[in-house]
Amino acid sequence: MQTLNSYAPEIIRIVMAVVGGAVVVFGNALVMGYMERKLAGHFQRRTGPMEVGFHGLLQLVIDGIKLMSKQLVIPAKADKPLFMLAPIISFAPVFLPLLVIPFSDRIQGFDLDVGLLFVLAIASINVLAVLVAGWASNNKYSMFGAFRAVAQNVAYEIPMLLSLLAIVFMTNTFSLRGIVEAQTVWFIVLQPVAFIIYLICMVAETNRAPFDLAEAESELTAGFHTEYSGMSFSLFMMAEYTNMFIVSCIATVFFLGGTSGIPLPYFEYTGIIWFLLKVYLFMFFLVWIRWTYPRTRFDQLMNLCWKYLLPISLVNLLITVVVVKL
Amino acid sequence: MKAYFTELFTGAWSLIVGLTVTLKALFSPVVTVQYPRQKIDVTPNYRGHIDLIKDPETGTHRCITCGMCMRDCPSDCIYLEGEKQEGVKGKVLTLYTLDYTKCSHCGACVEVCPTQALDYCDDYEVAGFAREDFHYDLLKRVEERE
Repeated sequence: MQTLNSYAPEIIRIVMAVVGGAVVVFGNALVMGYMERKLAGHFQRRTGPMEVGFHGLLQLVIDGIKLMSKQLVIPAKADKPLFMLAPIISFAPVFLPLLVIPFSDRIQGFDLDVGLLFVLAIASINVLAVLVAGWASNNKYSMFGAFRAVAQNVAYEIPMLLSLLAIVFMTNTFSLRGIVEAQTVWFIVLQPVAFIIYLICMVAETNRAPFDLAEAESELTAGFHTEYSGMSFSLFMMAEYTNMFIVSCIATVFFLGGTSGIPLPYFEYTGIIWFLLKVYLFMFFLVWIRWTYPRTRFDQLMNLCWKYLLPISLVNLLITVVVVKL
Repeated sequence: MKAYFTELFTGAWSLIVGLTVTLKALFSPVVTVQYPRQKIDVTPNYRGHIDLIKDPETGTHRCITCGMCMRDCPSDCIYLEGEKQEGVKGKVLTLYTLDYTKCSHCGACVEVCPTQALDYCDDYEVAGFAREDFHYDLLKRVEERE
């Protein structure tokens, strides 16, 4: 627990953690919003946003103003309280996992002993938000999107947990800091199978293409957020981007050694540079595969999980346990 | 069991191939033209509205005021006038107007012209606010052109 608390009283530490979390959530949404559109363009040999500011840098500011000034339309037959609640359920919990992520040796809100479980538990609330949104919209597209999201997230959580569990068996701790410190060799080398399984599940868990069946725009208009407009829509988007950030952080912590890298001065703070670099490498990968692969069919999605990922992750876990015990 | 792993590995390989395709596209030069700031040459086949050709030898148009284009035009969008002048053989063109709002780019005027005096221009930025903006005086245009 040698984090920020040796320097500042408890109350300042809490304020700093909350402000830092907010900065990460909104800053990440801005960076990712721009990066995704720019990369989407360049993957198709277009330029992406170019008009507002230098190479479209201020495009996201303009979009933000537009979304904030738009009317929040609630469908007449919708379940009004649930409809308004769903974006909040989606957006509110995304702050919490950021508190336990070890951005560098000293930049971390709390080092929970059950950090991994905490992150995964909070992250799965997003499924509930999608279900509530789909149900409350009273729209068949939203409903189908929500059903698909639930089936998909429940299925993919299992191989995800099993692949991470293999690493927990190696390190004997759930604490994210402990896992970073246990890596003399990055676990991507020792656990390549778990890494690949986690990578696939991470895409499915964040409902990103090619597993974006919950919002499949060509079949379901926009899936669970069909009826949402203005700021309630952008809360869903920000939650999605933050969830991408969180799963990328987990991947960095578990497989790429967290902050480890070429030593810099004041490494207990500047380690965050290496950490964020690795996180955005994963984010780049997420955007990359989004603009490479077509959307999977629903049965293919389920086949991939139950017939391939689950047995392979179980075998991987078994082998890990045997090797650790030997 | 063999089919299971074959499918797994061929599938994974095809995914990697797909990723390399998009990665190559990412580092290829952008093909978008930033239009108002940057323009590309118009293809010679482009059919804009018709224009009188400036003959490089005489320095003026080749129209002999025969009126074939006016008569042949299915949309009646060409109107021309000519007059007999002292010391000049044949009639001299004094007015040649094109009502571009009616023109359908059929090209009958270009084909029928006995002296090949007409051709399509490559003007593509022809937006305007009034109908009269598209009533072109082709004689004036050919004189103004360098």
